[in-house]
Amino acid sequence: MRALSVVLVSALALGACSSGGSSETAADSKSCAPSEGNVTLTYTTWIPGIENVVKVWNDKNPNIQVKVQTGPNGNGGTYANFFNQLKAGNAPDLGHIEYDALPSFRVQDGLTNLADCAEVTAAKDQFVDWTWGQVTFGEENSVYGIPQDAGPMALFYRKDLFEKNNIPVPTTWDEYAAAAEKVKAAGGYITNFSQSDINQFAGFAWQAGGRWFANDGSKWTVNLQDEATTKVAGYWQGLIDKKLVSSVPPWTTEWDNAYNTGQAWTWTSAVWGANSIMSGAPATKGRWAVAPMPQWTSGATVAGNWGGSSTAVFKGSKHPYEAAKFALWLNTSEEALTLLNKEAQLYPATKAGAKLPALSEGVEFYGGQKIYDVFATASGQVAPDFVWGPTMTSTYATASDGFKAAVSGNGTLLDALKTTQAKTVENMKSQSIPVAE
Amino acid sequence: MKRVTPMVIMGAATFYFLVPIWWLFVAASKTRSEFTSTTPLWFADFALIDNLKELFAYRDGVFLRWMLNSVVYTGGAALLGTILAAMCGYALAKYRFRGREAIFDIVLGGVLVPATALALPLFLIFSQFEATNTFWSVFLPSLVNPFGVYLARIYATASVPDELLEASRLDGSGEIRTFFTISSRLMFPALVTIFLFHFVAVWNNFLLPLIMLGEERLFPVTLGLYTWNTQVNQLPELRMLVLTGALVSIVPLVIAFLLLQRFWRNGLGSGAIK
Repeated sequence: MRALSVVLVSALALGACSSGGSSETAADSKSCAPSEGNVTLTYTTWIPGIENVVKVWNDKNPNIQVKVQTGPNGNGGTYANFFNQLKAGNAPDLGHIEYDALPSFRVQDGLTNLADCAEVTAAKDQFVDWTWGQVTFGEENSVYGIPQDAGPMALFYRKDLFEKNNIPVPTTWDEYAAAAEKVKAAGGYITNFSQSDINQFAGFAWQAGGRWFANDGSKWTVNLQDEATTKVAGYWQGLIDKKLVSSVPPWTTEWDNAYNTGQAWTWTSAVWGANSIMSGAPATKGRWAVAPMPQWTSGATVAGNWGGSSTAVFKGSKHPYEAAKFALWLNTSEEALTLLNKEAQLYPATKAGAKLPALSEGVEFYGGQKIYDVFATASGQVAPDFVWGPTMTSTYATASDGFKAAVSGNGTLLDALKTTQAKTVENMKSQSIPVAE
Repeated sequence: MKRVTPMVIMGAATFYFLVPIWWLFVAASKTRSEFTSTTPLWFADFALIDNLKELFAYRDGVFLRWMLNSVVYTGGAALLGTILAAMCGYALAKYRFRGREAIFDIVLGGVLVPATALALPLFLIFSQFEATNTFWSVFLPSLVNPFGVYLARIYATASVPDELLEASRLDGSGEIRTFFTISSRLMFPALVTIFLFHFVAVWNNFLLPLIMLGEERLFPVTLGLYTWNTQVNQLPELRMLVLTGALVSIVPLVIAFLLLQRFWRNGLGSGAIK
């Protein structure tokens, strides 16, 4: 840790020297000054087809050329690489970081605060509120990335099967549990409870009002067992106990097959889940529809979020102004958002992005329904104050172990949350992250 | 009766090892929708050719580039590394000098250090020279093969008689010439073994390129396929490309083993007797 901060400090000092004109005392507040001459930025991301998007920028901006580097997705190795590169002082200027990983980079002092960039703060209103909350951590004068995409959640369901069996589409979680009984009677499962998608469960908790982490500026608090999260865990544990949900591991062939053969009838998932069903269950074409996420209180309109990422500027970047400018173009301009959606099916984090032509059309796979309208509405209903912790990778791993045990009958989801709470606090302490007991 | 038991055990082992490859071959021959909906171990519509075409055409044929990279990284490193290991092992076996045993012990200690543990320190060192994300950042560290040195020494001791070296010295042959024209031929079966071991080790060393490389055009095929595989949730059509790519990527290994297995067996056997 100490070695890391020494390296970072020296990298900062270098950055300050090379930017020439800025005064030493206020180096931080002037950190967003434009560089002179031509600038080449490096940008590491795993978005498929990103070169085609960056090419559009490079053709238009001969003075600010962006070089793309790539690799596996964040938890697949690229985050580890980022940390190594920060340690070695050769991190790229820009990097792709998912919302739930941003705090861990911030805790390690790996990000440039873009709050000094006037163009960045001015762009605030272009973004859906909660996505902006994800990159500012709800603090004044802090912007640690530009929101890129979002994963508002809704209910995917087999319209044909619900109609055929005369089951009303659930609008509340109570109705969902009632529907689960009827689906079971009809020979299927209402859904698969995922033992390893802890961020999906986080989306459920987020919707219910759970707030897992908080940071008052000096200390973190961890609340994996708050009232709302406990309610959500108890609810799903009830479905597991009554064997109303299946426990096939997610993202496997078996799991795809359960959807493809009509054994699983619904999936509460993010907007990008639309493509997962399309590719995993091609035989069910035309039989799906999308409804808003079931609610905890009848008539409420609250949605959860699962996934989404930002474009961050790393500490040590010599050109934060140019980097921020590129990141803004990438994540707000219609041409870039259209291309990102086309190449990688990213769902924009901007308000205007939800109205892209590609997102306004009916989707054949979903019986011609304009499914993205449902998600656009959901995106506006996600609470803006959910904060991720600085050690999500290990938190996810612990929770996933507990959830796996719970679905196979050893312990409950509540036990898993208890263990995860304790381990997360312990882990933060071991990394010298200040945490309240 | 005596033959039946071993045959059954060998048959079971063969079956056990071949099933995954069979699965891969069958899976790579299916279309994406059939992959999930049909039996995993038998064919549906045979779409292997289409899958291959798609694989080779995807992103301007980046997959072929990865295959080429892998062949250069592994083939090049194994060839050069084998020569280095042979020379080193030969010197340790045939020349007497101070610290010979110490050097040998250190090299032997190197066998115990997994390549994985070295990847991060190597990254930090290459960072100092601003040489990460280059061809050399993967190629140079891959040349090192302590196990090869060990094998070469054992084999040189056993197969290159001192008398022969003396005779060639008397005939006026220099040390280097002796090594390349006489000793290396005597050591040939061991060299093939070293080459194969080295080839497989470099091919499988996944962490080093993962840490070093960010430029897609420099990826070896293992890293490239892994990268695609992590994007499957985002871009589902990649799944078939990953499967087909995995099938194609084992072809060079299979070829290398089929061509060299004769030597490989000899080398293993003679290495064992000493």
